[in-house]
Amino acid sequence: MRHIISLLMENEAGALSRVAGLFSARGYNIESLTVAPTEDPTLSRMTIVTSGSDAIIDQINKQLNKLIDVAAVMDLSEGEHLERELMLVKVRAQGLVCDELKRVTNIFHGRVIDESESTCTIELTDTCAKLDSFLQAIDRDLILETVRTGASGIGRGDRILKL
Amino acid sequence: MELTGAEIAIRCLQEEGVEYLFGYPGGAVLHIYDALFQQDKVKHILVRHEQAAVHAADGYARSSDKVGVALVTSGPGLTNAVTGIATAYMDSIPMVVISGQVPSYAIGEDAFQEVDAVGITRPCVKHNFLIKDVKDIAPTIKKAFYLAKSGRPGPVLVDIPKDISSHKAEFIYPGSVTIRSYNPVGKADNTQIERAAKMLLEAKRPMIYAGGGVVLSGASLQLTELVRMLNVPCTNTLMGLGGYPANDKQFVGMPGMHGTYEANMAMHHCDVLLAVGARFDDRVIGNVEHFAQVPRKIIHIDIDPSSIAKRVKVDVPVVGDLKLVLEQLLGALRSSKQKSDASAMTAWWKQVDEWRIKGGGLRYKNSTEIIKPQFVIEKLYEITGGDAFITSDVGQHQMWAAQYYKFDKPRRWINSGGLGTMGFGLPAAMGVQLVNPGATVACVTGEGSIQMNIQELSTCKQFHLPLKVLSLNNRYLGMVRQWQQFFHGNRYSESYMDALPDFVKLAEAYGHIGMRIDKPSDVEPALKEAFARKNDLVFMDFRTDPTENVFPMVPGGKGLSEVILAEDL
Repeated sequence: MRHIISLLMENEAGALSRVAGLFSARGYNIESLTVAPTEDPTLSRMTIVTSGSDAIIDQINKQLNKLIDVAAVMDLSEGEHLERELMLVKVRAQGLVCDELKRVTNIFHGRVIDESESTCTIELTDTCAKLDSFLQAIDRDLILETVRTGASGIGRGDRILKL
Repeated sequence: MELTGAEIAIRCLQEEGVEYLFGYPGGAVLHIYDALFQQDKVKHILVRHEQAAVHAADGYARSSDKVGVALVTSGPGLTNAVTGIATAYMDSIPMVVISGQVPSYAIGEDAFQEVDAVGITRPCVKHNFLIKDVKDIAPTIKKAFYLAKSGRPGPVLVDIPKDISSHKAEFIYPGSVTIRSYNPVGKADNTQIERAAKMLLEAKRPMIYAGGGVVLSGASLQLTELVRMLNVPCTNTLMGLGGYPANDKQFVGMPGMHGTYEANMAMHHCDVLLAVGARFDDRVIGNVEHFAQVPRKIIHIDIDPSSIAKRVKVDVPVVGDLKLVLEQLLGALRSSKQKSDASAMTAWWKQVDEWRIKGGGLRYKNSTEIIKPQFVIEKLYEITGGDAFITSDVGQHQMWAAQYYKFDKPRRWINSGGLGTMGFGLPAAMGVQLVNPGATVACVTGEGSIQMNIQELSTCKQFHLPLKVLSLNNRYLGMVRQWQQFFHGNRYSESYMDALPDFVKLAEAYGHIGMRIDKPSDVEPALKEAFARKNDLVFMDFRTDPTENVFPMVPGGKGLSEVILAEDL
């Protein structure tokens, strides 16, 4: 089953590779991984999207907690949470094609952030599933580039991951 | 007064009370060796290969409860040390390894003797550090010792670039250390303790399975009290031998691939299994699905939550330091009004004793013609009064030593259980001897394993380490040969040790005493003579039966009740 795990870790050189190394060494899946410093520059927040049986997810949580640099781990998918992913898509688009693309983009609450004579670049922020739907809604042959950040997640309401 | 980074590093070791530093010099650690030269508190043991430095620090730690410390240079010094570090990691041994690194300005330029030490060791250390500022040396080394020793112990690497070791800073050694992202547990949650106590008292067929955690936590007395209070059978894993006295009637021997019939049957058929500092290793429970076929409740006490429910489902997880947790459990049992079911316990012991008889105990067919390896271990046990420190290498001899030397005390049995590192025994014995001066230290090895670190005979000469090396020389890589005989149609692919050296002459060449023992009748006199030589290292080359196999055996992938006993073949 798909899980989205959030963690806080020391913003130190090598911390990211400890997490990435753990996943590869123990054969766990990573669908996506995003990381950046928080409002406290000594801490980084990471969101990992992974999948596995309950036993594997339990091990992933424990193994992440065991890393010395990891300060806190929360399996967001165990409760109410929000997740968002940013996607940039460059599409070959002129004339009518471009108009149609803009219409679809509007439906998905995206926006056009760049246009050239032959291309159109769209920015879209939503759940991973919505981004997938957008890609299915446009003509695949027209897509020149797709850039996705992977999901970032946060708990709803009082579900807070903080030191 | 300002000190150089190198001087600071050595001062840190002094502050930590490090007596012995096992190492090998090289370009990147020259400043540190220079600082070492100008003091006499920390004594340096010059090994002949970096792997041995780490194994020696490991043996030092395993036999003493202190942190072992090794010092190696960059590049090949570090890569040679990796096997030793991984060995310590797999068995959770507290250790600090300091490695030199190329100057910080040269990192990433493929400089001479540069490797990414932090990257290479990342999967086999508890934690590691690359120092980037001389001011960080003291706090980092303080952290390294704290991490190595606390929680689930393990090796910690501190990589110091050469220029940093020459920069200067004020030396201030921190009195204490806190790491916000690291909070090792102490006592366990009381609800879990109560649940565990209740389950144990309600059990009809309870069993205690104790591992290396008991030794590491210093919880042998608590374990012994618990086993006796509950009147349950107890098994110690390869790593846990000595955690419960092997000569006690409640001890059923070692479990697992080469465990006793009774230990394995009791593990398999018990209704409540209390696992204490053990991790349901594949060599212990064999096939997980087969093990799960029998419904039994499992209580698992471990300091590392990730060891719990990793391979088997656990009903009562208890996270904490074993010594404290067992105290809590003893307290809960003492104050409980509930009592064990006496008639169920009588029936259970009757069953266990029947398995003891059916298994026939550890046994082998002795011979007057050819030396049986088991016989050598039995005699070793007798002659040393069961009180020696025994290190081993890896293979058949390791299993025979574990089976036939009855360890009654913890920290006496020193072997590479997790990683299974051939070449471990001799250097580990050096560390054991240094931290236990005057104690009898024997290394049980084979002609294969000993050659993986035989150069350390030279270190033993230099530092007057009177080890007794018992090489059970069967001219085969015995365990490989055994598997080839059982599972590969007797095709002995590359398991034959041809062109062996004359070990007697080899020992003599290193300045030691060598003995070759060919006849069973010579085993005892030779051992007596060797152990009487208190000040000499004696290398005993026992020519043992090349066809002998280790029994019982649970073949790889099989279940604990699918054991091959000696007579089955």
